Amino acid sequence: MNSVTVQQASGQGQDMNLDELDRKIIHATQSGLPLASRPYDMIARRIGITGDEVRQRMLNMQQQGIIRRIAAVPNHYALGYKGNGMTVWNVPDERISELGPLVGALDFVSHCYHRPRYLPDWPYNLFAMVHAHDREQALLLVDKIADLLGEADRGHDVLFSCRILKKTGMRLFT
Amino acid sequence: MDEIDRSIVNTLQVGFPLTENPYADVAAQLGIDESELLNRLTRLLDEKILTRFGPMYDAQKIGGAFSLVAVQVPEKSFDKVTEVVNSYPEVAHNYQRDHDFNMWYVLATETPVQIDEVNRDIEKRTGLKVLNMPKLEEYFIGLQLQV
Repeated sequence: MNSVTVQQASGQGQDMNLDELDRKIIHATQSGLPLASRPYDMIARRIGITGDEVRQRMLNMQQQGIIRRIAAVPNHYALGYKGNGMTVWNVPDERISELGPLVGALDFVSHCYHRPRYLPDWPYNLFAMVHAHDREQALLLVDKIADLLGEADRGHDVLFSCRILKKTGMRLFT
Repeated sequence: MDEIDRSIVNTLQVGFPLTENPYADVAAQLGIDESELLNRLTRLLDEKILTRFGPMYDAQKIGGAFSLVAVQVPEKSFDKVTEVVNSYPEVAHNYQRDHDFNMWYVLATETPVQIDEVNRDIEKRTGLKVLNMPKLEEYFIGLQLQV
């Protein structure tokens, strides 16, 4: 039996087991759900189990955080959000665990991460994605983050996306 | 996009049920019938107003890894490098950004070691240095944009 044991990154100490059927479900759904009535039954027929079992397994995966959510991902541009900026900040490492959650909690920030620096080319260690209808509005949001960080802001920049070159989502187990 | 499209986009960004007949359930909630929801959802995906619809898996929890990677690509070779980078199935997203680091791609791989393998391969094929920036900590993810 081909089974993968995964240590949780958050260190909660609980191992998660994905068996062959879970992997088949992941494989069958990672590029999207079938756009037809009773989609879980359709996946079930492909795998050779019942629709109930597919739903139960997906529910388990959702409860374990393996599935973050089942949802639609919009194209920001098509929805009128044309000021999509990746804001990047150089903040003291010893304060990042305190400051990251404050920035992440702002209602215009969609993702917020601590990432490594590459000195001297890349001094920034805190990343926060902001979304606004245009760049001018996005820059106002950058100012709000700067105000929040105060003197912990040792330099920042904003990188606007100008073109989506690829957006397929992940493809694992291919 | 009309009112119904907007309500579909807003509702489906939040989540989708694990029920026997989920499209019918969501359609009822929106006051339309199942076939209309399916037709509109298909069109929203075809028109790329939605880029995907389905379960979002956390790659790290299924034994894989995610990383954000930055590259400084000379303008004249931008299209060529895009073609090379996009050719990897492990490249989930790729964005052009206005900056010296003008290409930012996201890798999602089955094992952590493949992140380095793909990056080394891309460096070899493009002759460019890539900066691997995996998340060290995540503070928030999942804002929904209302339309």
